[in-house]
Amino acid sequence: MARRSSPEVNAGSMADIAFLLLIFFLVTTTIETDSGISRKLPPMEESEEDVVIKQKNIFTVLLNGKDQLLVEDELMQLEDLRTSAIEFLDNGGGNGEDACNYCKGKRDPKSSDNPDKAIISLKNERETSYATYISVQNELVAAYTHLRNIRAQELFGESYSEMMKNYKDVNWPGNRDKLKENINRLRKEYPQKLSEVQ
Amino acid sequence: MSKFNKKKKGDLPAVNTASLPDIVFMLLFFFMVATVMRDNELKIKNELPAANEVEKLDKKELVMYIYAGKPNFGYQSKFGTEARLQLNDKFSEVSDIPAFIYAERESKREELRPFLTTALKVDKETNMGIVGDIKQELRKVNALKINYTTRIGDVSLNMK
Repeated sequence: MARRSSPEVNAGSMADIAFLLLIFFLVTTTIETDSGISRKLPPMEESEEDVVIKQKNIFTVLLNGKDQLLVEDELMQLEDLRTSAIEFLDNGGGNGEDACNYCKGKRDPKSSDNPDKAIISLKNERETSYATYISVQNELVAAYTHLRNIRAQELFGESYSEMMKNYKDVNWPGNRDKLKENINRLRKEYPQKLSEVQ
Repeated sequence: MSKFNKKKKGDLPAVNTASLPDIVFMLLFFFMVATVMRDNELKIKNELPAANEVEKLDKKELVMYIYAGKPNFGYQSKFGTEARLQLNDKFSEVSDIPAFIYAERESKREELRPFLTTALKVDKETNMGIVGDIKQELRKVNALKINYTTRIGDVSLNMK
């Protein structure tokens, strides 16, 4: 008799074992969300001297307990918030040393002088829902990003979001220092001045 | 002998399942790579709101998590249905935050401490009252870098 071929191992239960492992991992793990809106809280020490800010440079956003939005004393829908914030920030109504040579707004003397002076003041009540608050924050950040994008397109031929993406990307081949400088320039021209009232 | 040739011609051959383990293993590897182990059990409802202007938190070990939301069903008899705070594994009061922050700072290397970020994972149905209190406590201990953790999506998802 010739050599007997060894019997094949039955792999039928392999699938069961793999399923078992799969189900174990499905149960014990979560897909962790690790992205969000970053903010910086103001430090606790109250500055002694009161800074005088002209009323026209403040853009008040008020969220009441019923999740209604009051912008510059007028009721507004969330969808319109971004546009009106952009209009306010990019107004450039100042003259003399407050003049803004890169703003594309209406240059209404009753609205903000320049993006550096323009402050968005956000106030909410204790009953405001967190979802609405985040939506408003998101829209306001979006307004800044929009303006920076436009300015970046003008100066460097690519959008701010793209520049940020490149900066975060370790494999990006370009000149990082130059990019950082450009990003800082954009941030300086359109600084995020968002103050929250307690 | 026709004993072994009885099979009728129309019989369907059995489906070959030899590649089934491969498929399942593929799924398994996907889940192993895409997920992380749950490090603390959530005792509260934690459905995050959506936003699209988000930044990614890249240094995982430099993040402190504060959870807030309504207690889960099993805990409601004990803790009620009002939004509560969870630090690590247990329900906490807002006044416990400074101790928590100090403990977290203590556990990190000194040169990394200035880069610590606090991630607020707050359920979207929570009122801003508790969030305001948390922020106030964080300011007291000078933990100023915060991140409102959100899902990525359009804000219209929040309005329901």
